[in-house]
Amino acid sequence: MRIVETYNDHVVRLFLLAAAVWGIIGMAVGVYIAAELAWPALNFGIPWLTFSRLRPDHTFGVIFAFGGSALMGTCYYVVQRTGHTRLALGRLAHFTFWGWQLICVLAMVTMPLGITQSKEYAEPEWLIDLLVAVVWVSFGVVFFATLTRRRIRHIYVANWYYGAFIIAVGLLHIVNNLVVPVSLWKSYPIYSGVVDAMVQWWYGHNAVAFFLTAGFLGMMYYFVPRQAQQPLWSYRFSIVNFWALISVYMWAGSHHLIYTALPDWVQSVGMAFSLVLLMPSWGSAANGLLTFNGSWDKLRTDPAAKFMVIALVFYAASTFEGSMMAIKTVNALSHYTDWTVAHVHSGSIGWVAMITIGSLYAMAPRALGQPAMYSTRAMNVHFWMHTVGLLLYVIAMWFAGVTEGLMWRATEADGSLTHSFIASLLAAKPYYVVRWFGGVLVVGGMVVMAWNLWHTAADARAHLIKPIPVPIPEPEPRQVPAPLPALS
Amino acid sequence: MAGGYKYFEAIEKNAGLLGILTAIMVSIGGLAEITPLFMRAHEVKAAPGVKPYDPLRLAGKDIYVREGCYLCHTQMIRALRAETERYGPFSTAEESVYDRPHQWGSKRTGPDLARVGGKYSDEWQRVHLKDPRAVVPESNMPGYPWLMQALVDPDEITQKLRVLRLLGDPYTDEDIANAAAAVVGRTEMEALIAYLQGLGIANEPAAATASTAQAKP
Repeated sequence: MRIVETYNDHVVRLFLLAAAVWGIIGMAVGVYIAAELAWPALNFGIPWLTFSRLRPDHTFGVIFAFGGSALMGTCYYVVQRTGHTRLALGRLAHFTFWGWQLICVLAMVTMPLGITQSKEYAEPEWLIDLLVAVVWVSFGVVFFATLTRRRIRHIYVANWYYGAFIIAVGLLHIVNNLVVPVSLWKSYPIYSGVVDAMVQWWYGHNAVAFFLTAGFLGMMYYFVPRQAQQPLWSYRFSIVNFWALISVYMWAGSHHLIYTALPDWVQSVGMAFSLVLLMPSWGSAANGLLTFNGSWDKLRTDPAAKFMVIALVFYAASTFEGSMMAIKTVNALSHYTDWTVAHVHSGSIGWVAMITIGSLYAMAPRALGQPAMYSTRAMNVHFWMHTVGLLLYVIAMWFAGVTEGLMWRATEADGSLTHSFIASLLAAKPYYVVRWFGGVLVVGGMVVMAWNLWHTAADARAHLIKPIPVPIPEPEPRQVPAPLPALS
Repeated sequence: MAGGYKYFEAIEKNAGLLGILTAIMVSIGGLAEITPLFMRAHEVKAAPGVKPYDPLRLAGKDIYVREGCYLCHTQMIRALRAETERYGPFSTAEESVYDRPHQWGSKRTGPDLARVGGKYSDEWQRVHLKDPRAVVPESNMPGYPWLMQALVDPDEITQKLRVLRLLGDPYTDEDIANAAAAVVGRTEMEALIAYLQGLGIANEPAAATASTAQAKP
């Protein structure tokens, strides 16, 4: 009997499950802390339930646990499909799954206990950081080893983004977390003051760039053409955007420190590159949207395509907003206010979550041996809950942020300040309630998705699905390294 | 057009080359911005007479970090008129040379704290930290009542000073020998208040010291 090479979708399914679970946990924590801002009694005087202890759990939970699991799962799926090859180093791939889940659990447990480096989006202490480094390098090894055994000579564009995501995040993580431990649970960074601030926001900004943008663009470049049933609008355009995006993004981190004690030239460079960054950002968004040309009717029937289109619209909107907020005069108003929170969430609930959900709805039936998701109606319900929740959240925070910014700077004719600080908080409070309600809708949608996935996975849970054979193409000449021969 | 594309084609058909070029392109921006700051970091020095955190204030700073205060309070007064009017002279780089990690923050759900030192009495701080709404009824800040009971760990503070000296902060042997005694029996609340009351005073740049010294009665 001929042995057939099959895709390793087992590890993909594990990551899919993890993404669904962490999505609910991470966003539910977000809803809880949003409620604490509106109704502070909800802190109950319990240390680990207090807003300031719990907020890192929300950011880590949605970015690294939910987003990370979705990225690693789709990455493993895409690199196999685009290379017509089985995932290399199957055991190491499973190690990356269990390792990543262990990291997420450890981080989510230690941070509310006050074990934190206080660097935003890099809060877990040094022991967990070491684990992250090990798992991340393993992830990179699996990915690049799979690329080298591909049977299609050309590396599809989605893989460039996944590759850049892996390389850059590894670099950022290591440089930003250089510390000297005091004890198992406490360390001091080797940087202090202004250098520490610059390193932190180089990291913080590029965690957005390479975790929340490049990685999810990888997802977009595979699943959008797949779902639209159209070739990518312009392949050449994607090359230009890729190289521009990865090189320009790294310069823009200093726009998080405008008008601070950071040297002025670094602030100005950050602002200039942030404006340039609009070009590749809109380029990628346009490339994705125009790929739907000829397939726009799918928006009537396919909720996954709807998620993808709104994701791309919000990607364009939030990158435009980001470039504008990096202009010094705009930043003077927006910085430190809830406008920043609005911007982050239009990027994360709008772009990141929606491209992820769309891609998961596209990938899940294929990875679970089904012709389609269990319930299309539930997908539609999810789409509307998510979209309405997103709009409520973002619009409420825009109002809150601009109100705060204007009140902080308002002066009387004699130059004295018009408003006390607490007056700006009181003005923002009603918006905090609206924001909380928007968040409730988004989490509700995630629960609907989990229910839908659970039913779609009925065969997988009963161990009834058969692995999918890899289609082996004719070997291409002059490929370096030589393609793997078909198993026989 | 086609002639230029062949170079890209070479990159896109070689995983190693693609990876290396990607790594180079993502490194340039960070190197360009961080290296000059890192090389010139030694030029940013504390004002003469400003010492690194004493043990009690250092313990307080680490409690500030542990409780996540930086998530709602900045310590960075921007060089904008409305900011200096509200919070005092704008913050300078030399003020945070001993801050590992920096506590500049990114969001003001509450006001900036860079110069909060001396603005309120110790007793006000204590009541406010225990139950903010007892003194500011409209506040949405959480209370931190558990700081009243917990004691600062004297053994850990000695180790912390050693690590900070290793990183270049000018603690003397005498400072380290006396560190444990300085915090023994002190509550975390006392440490945090000592830290807050020093903000903008003990780390003040030379020029600002002169101006506020005149302002004080």
